[in-house]
Amino acid sequence: MTMNDQPTIITSISKGRAWVFGDNINTDIIIPFRFKSRTNDPYEMAKYAMYGFDPDFHKKISKGDIVIAGRNFGGGSSREQAPVALKYAGISAVIAESFARIFYRNAFTIGLPALEIPEIKGKVNQGDEIKIDITKFTAENIRTKETFHARKVPEFMRQMLLEGGLVEYYKKYKQFPWIQS
Amino acid sequence: MQTTSSSLQQQEKQDVSHSKNILDNKSLTFAEKVISIKNVETRNKKSQIISMAGDIVIVDVDLAMAQDSTGPLAIRSLNEMGIDKLHDPSKALLVIDHTFPAADEKVANLHALIRDFVSKHNCMKIEGSISHQHILEYLATPGMMILGADSHTCQAGCVSAFATGIGSTEIAAVWATGQLWLRVPETIKINLSGTFNKGVFARDLILDYIGKVGEDGANYKALEWKFSNDYVKRQFSMDSRACISNASMECGAKISVFPTDEITTKYLDENPRINNNMEGKIEIQPGNSAKYKDEFEIECDKIEPQVSGPDNIDKVHSIGELANVEIDQAFIGSSTNGRIEDLEIAAHMLKGRKVHKNTRCVVTPASVKVYEDAIRRGYVEIYLEAGAVFTNATCGACVGTHLGALGENEICISSSSRNFVGRMGALSSKVYLASPATVAASAIEGKIADPRRYL
Ligand code: SF4
Repeated sequence: MTMNDQPTIITSISKGRAWVFGDNINTDIIIPFRFKSRTNDPYEMAKYAMYGFDPDFHKKISKGDIVIAGRNFGGGSSREQAPVALKYAGISAVIAESFARIFYRNAFTIGLPALEIPEIKGKVNQGDEIKIDITKFTAENIRTKETFHARKVPEFMRQMLLEGGLVEYYKKYKQFPWIQS
Repeated sequence: MQTTSSSLQQQEKQDVSHSKNILDNKSLTFAEKVISIKNVETRNKKSQIISMAGDIVIVDVDLAMAQDSTGPLAIRSLNEMGIDKLHDPSKALLVIDHTFPAADEKVANLHALIRDFVSKHNCMKIEGSISHQHILEYLATPGMMILGADSHTCQAGCVSAFATGIGSTEIAAVWATGQLWLRVPETIKINLSGTFNKGVFARDLILDYIGKVGEDGANYKALEWKFSNDYVKRQFSMDSRACISNASMECGAKISVFPTDEITTKYLDENPRINNNMEGKIEIQPGNSAKYKDEFEIECDKIEPQVSGPDNIDKVHSIGELANVEIDQAFIGSSTNGRIEDLEIAAHMLKGRKVHKNTRCVVTPASVKVYEDAIRRGYVEIYLEAGAVFTNATCGACVGTHLGALGENEICISSSSRNFVGRMGALSSKVYLASPATVAASAIEGKIADPRRYL
């Protein structure tokens, strides 16, 4: 994709090809400090998505692709630039056996669907087409026709995600989603 | 908002009695106590709400920090939301520490963005000390709710604060409202017994623990440290507690806390807090019958010097297994191990010795205060005479941003926080983590070396 495209618009249902990773993919792999700390532009951050795995990752993916990972995805630093880089590079969701705490919060905050599905291990091959539904919080492997249910999140987090993240939610409602009126 | 002084007094009385009931509650963990006290519902309903592990709660936040690599994004989010007033600027802290002083034009522009924001909103700002060390030295108190857009914010657990890391946009939300939602974490209690052998330090202990439980061994959990007796307690100075609370992030801990004791109180007496809002005289102890998710025993006398790495922190080895790995750089510094006790032990070892000719040794204090202490005690001179480079306080080499970044295939042994792929520079470089003593011994020998020979 070119950097001038819009980031993947989060809709309740999206489809994409799987990129399969192992355990402990940390935030330094997702975007190294020396790049993320020198820009405040999400499209610039996107150029370094998964740099620690492959500096050309952002060129190889197609819009809507999905990251599938093992345990503890996004461990390490609090950098919100990690989910931002993935989202603006064109990734439409991350599915992992488990997520590190801060990455998980950040993904919802910036509107990148993060689905925690422990049973996903070994059930997706590189390139499989995956369909996710964030109204139901499910993921389906089109090849195997298997459907997986992600760990439930508080309703306000799901609402925030459906609006495209915290900033978008606030712009629409002039209120933060966790504040019950 | 106008409040008459008598209603203010009444409110304060209520707050105090509420806090006291919670503090005396025998069945709550540390995390449950602090979150119960900070729960905004208690304030709104004027009745005591107890928050237990698993609950999702909105809390009042006492301090919300962002640094020079997370602050710009927080400012951007705030602007995009159209929020131009902070809830309470005196509780917002901006720190320029990661790439200080600016290493290039791009960084300088982001620093300028932060300075403009600070002068517009009149919030707190510090430049040239690492945020976590500054918070420890001047701001944190027992029972305080501290959120920071930096994962190692959990360091302030060493003075019994509830302190944890979050992202930039959430910090923006805290700046705007003074509040945030949190899930009350389950707690793992760690019982410490025994005394350290020569050459073994707090850093070895926490590396040993992470090696056993893994990089996600405490994900979403609180760690509560407990001493089996006073003798054990006395070997855990504030500097060593800070190291443990800080490095607990590497197994995913949400907070890592030391209950308040005389070492906490003494530290706070000797290092007065600079912000009156944050002056708290409370002591926080977990209840005797609190429910723990898990308990873990660590016998300090069974631990040897540990080395972690490369590439993952839970790849932990005893020093003997890695002896003879040649190094290009030895780094002593970071918020994990750049305090005065760290500089003291390494200086003691390097005194009258030389850094190996094939090795660079970079020493970076964690704060201006540590830097000043190091000068006063003569350590800087010792390092310079040994052939090391002594830098200003910054994150610098720890994140490979300046002052000690690594080139292709270089190998570094470091007292800093992480050894992830490319953490300190080139993707092909390798980082091993160890205590400052082990790093100093390695600097002398030019390869990973056992500190016990030099002590
Ligand atoms: S020194 Fe390293 S671990 Fe500490 S705050 Fe800076 S970057 Fe983070």
